[in-house]
Amino acid sequence: MTGRLIRDVLLPKLDRGRLRPLPDSVVLSGLGDSVAYTTDSFVVSPIFFPGGNIGSLAIHGTCNDLACSAARPMFFSLSLILEEGFPMDQLETIVQSIAQAADAAGVEIVTGDTKVVPKGSADRIFINTSGIGTVQASAIPSPGRISVGDQILVTGPVGNHGMAVMLSRAEFSFDFDLVSDSTSVWPVVEKLIELGPALKFLRDPTRGGIAATLNEISFSTGHGIEIEERTIPLDKSVVAASEILGIDPLQAANEGKIVAVVEKGMGNKALELIRGCPIAKGAAIIGEVTQEHPAVVVMKTRIGGSRVVAEPSGELLPRIC
Amino acid sequence: MISGDESRVAGALVRDIRESCEKVSGTLKFMEVCGTHTMAIHSAGLKSLFPGNLHLVSGPGCPVCVTEKKFIDQAVLTGKKYDACLITFGDLIRVPGSLGSLARFRSEGGRVRIVYSPIDAVGIAAEQSPRPAVFLGVGFETTVPTVAATLKVAMSSGVENLFVLSAFKTIHQPLRILAAKTDLDGFLLPGHVSAIIGSDCYQYLVDDFGKPGVVGGFEPLDILLAIKDLVKMAVIFFPQIVNDYKRVVRPHGNPSAVAITDEVFEPCEASWRGLGLIPGSGLALRDPYSKFDANLHLPVDVPPAQDDPRCRCAVILTGSLTPDECGLFGRECTPEEPVGPCMVSSEGTCAAYYKYGAQ
Amino acid sequence: MCLAIPMRLIEITGECTGKVDSGGVKADVVLTMVPHASLGDYLIVHAGFGIEVLDEEEAHIRLELFRELAEAYQPQEEQ
Repeated sequence: MTGRLIRDVLLPKLDRGRLRPLPDSVVLSGLGDSVAYTTDSFVVSPIFFPGGNIGSLAIHGTCNDLACSAARPMFFSLSLILEEGFPMDQLETIVQSIAQAADAAGVEIVTGDTKVVPKGSADRIFINTSGIGTVQASAIPSPGRISVGDQILVTGPVGNHGMAVMLSRAEFSFDFDLVSDSTSVWPVVEKLIELGPALKFLRDPTRGGIAATLNEISFSTGHGIEIEERTIPLDKSVVAASEILGIDPLQAANEGKIVAVVEKGMGNKALELIRGCPIAKGAAIIGEVTQEHPAVVVMKTRIGGSRVVAEPSGELLPRIC
Repeated sequence: MISGDESRVAGALVRDIRESCEKVSGTLKFMEVCGTHTMAIHSAGLKSLFPGNLHLVSGPGCPVCVTEKKFIDQAVLTGKKYDACLITFGDLIRVPGSLGSLARFRSEGGRVRIVYSPIDAVGIAAEQSPRPAVFLGVGFETTVPTVAATLKVAMSSGVENLFVLSAFKTIHQPLRILAAKTDLDGFLLPGHVSAIIGSDCYQYLVDDFGKPGVVGGFEPLDILLAIKDLVKMAVIFFPQIVNDYKRVVRPHGNPSAVAITDEVFEPCEASWRGLGLIPGSGLALRDPYSKFDANLHLPVDVPPAQDDPRCRCAVILTGSLTPDECGLFGRECTPEEPVGPCMVSSEGTCAAYYKYGAQ
Repeated sequence: MCLAIPMRLIEITGECTGKVDSGGVKADVVLTMVPHASLGDYLIVHAGFGIEVLDEEEAHIRLELFRELAEAYQPQEEQ
């Protein structure tokens, strides 16, 4: 639904040239050093989840959008919308997490706003951020640079955030070690930038997981994508959770991973560059851009069959039947 | 099993299937009865490995898909009239009713709780007391004993405000109707339903209809093995019931589960989307468990429901049409805006085609 | 029809209840329908209930069959 809202209502009225490609962050010219700029809103529920909360998520998510433009995150704005009666102790925990996440990421919050709205007007707390970063690559990653034959990597096991959030929902009573992977991916991107122009495109696979991101790439370039099931890194607890709940881990959100498209033949070099990063453990080449089946993402399954990886639609729901 | 071995085993089984299919001049058409099989087949991309004359069609084994629109309406009306808390599996939440889905009812302030296990309904009923808590009973023989066991717990704990709205169904009656169809050559039988009812009970497929049936597991290799055995039997005209899921399915099933089911439920007629009213294919609460029956104790007037006349779910559920042959597929009917339950159900045939491609 | 997965019975917590584990995810399980289950068994778990005990011997037979198929298989050129 948001997709149609953007295409049919927002873009026609608002686009003056830079909005149309719907980038996670945009590089602005005419401001001296290349500056990247992004905005995001955080409405996650539950607001506390294993491995983080809405506050740390807000910082990491904004860092990661900037990282997709190869920009070092630097200055953020922070805007809180609180439902009347939101517990003070929860707010303190969230703000503490924001501070810790920002410090760890080398980011300074330089301006902000707070509003309290009547009960029922917001789901406990909403957070909006905007972020500014300085571009560190001479060739800005963008879908326009992707060509047939380019290789696709993911920087670690997928689906952890989405599955951890799902398992921790109130209606389930599972014990599990799985935590969200929420973190700033800038340290990994900083290394990938050393590939120079061979680094074609970056995206953080949040809502909708890598299925959504691969479909976005495929759709915006018009090229096909082929991935291999056996190469996709998955933690065994994510596999277990996905089997128990009947949820596809390719559609589960990630908050500390990057999907990178690199020039053909450069995949192994990219993996070498990021090998030392603690948050890139388990990184793998998962597929390539192909001229077959334009604009469609196809997966070769473990047993040699093939099936389409469709764009996820609707809420992720556990199955029983 | 390591991945290389897995694809070798698959290669061997696929080659066997292809060689058998070459011996047949026409087509072979089998039906997988179970929605979980539908999803497993599509997600492993199995159909892309089959020869052109081998067809697998999906049957009515998706409990959400075969539940009539009226059931959702009845649930919503019960929630409204009695200020009841509706308790449901996640699968039902976005199925369209005439008055909107359960998700819409929830967003308008209706009390709807999603559970993973029916046993959680007992705790929810205690929380909601004295308000009625109504469990929406959708499922087949695998799920029914779990609800039966839950009601036994409710009975012995003296819970007074828990109710069940039963749309539970059993597969033998519709299976007989489908076995009579001349264009089907055999059946991939449900693995976990069979864990409850056993593999011996399907003998009528052979004796009365001359059709083979194979009970299959859910790993891609299990399904390939089952298909291989189905094809072999069809090619040599030697139908039998074969159990290829022996590590889980026993000939007589699970006697404890069957006993619990019989204690709490008795057969009744049921209305199936696509197949109409089938005697003896539903399950109703028997005494003394009828104290939990929402139909008896929380009656509502449910106006007849109008399905969209363009929706072909009913025909797709009986294997007579494939989703891409429905005019609404992918156009007016998508997972985000479903017209019929086959698209919104996580095990629906249309949802599988949409998500994994037609293969 | 019936999403159910094998999970290992790791604890008995009550007369008819226990805890099961798969890949580090632990869940409560109701054991009413599997009176023949013992600690360490793999149960087929559906909607929080054990519906059957995995037969280890049959599981081995299946793996043997697959091992034989894998060894005998020589991929050929597809035409």
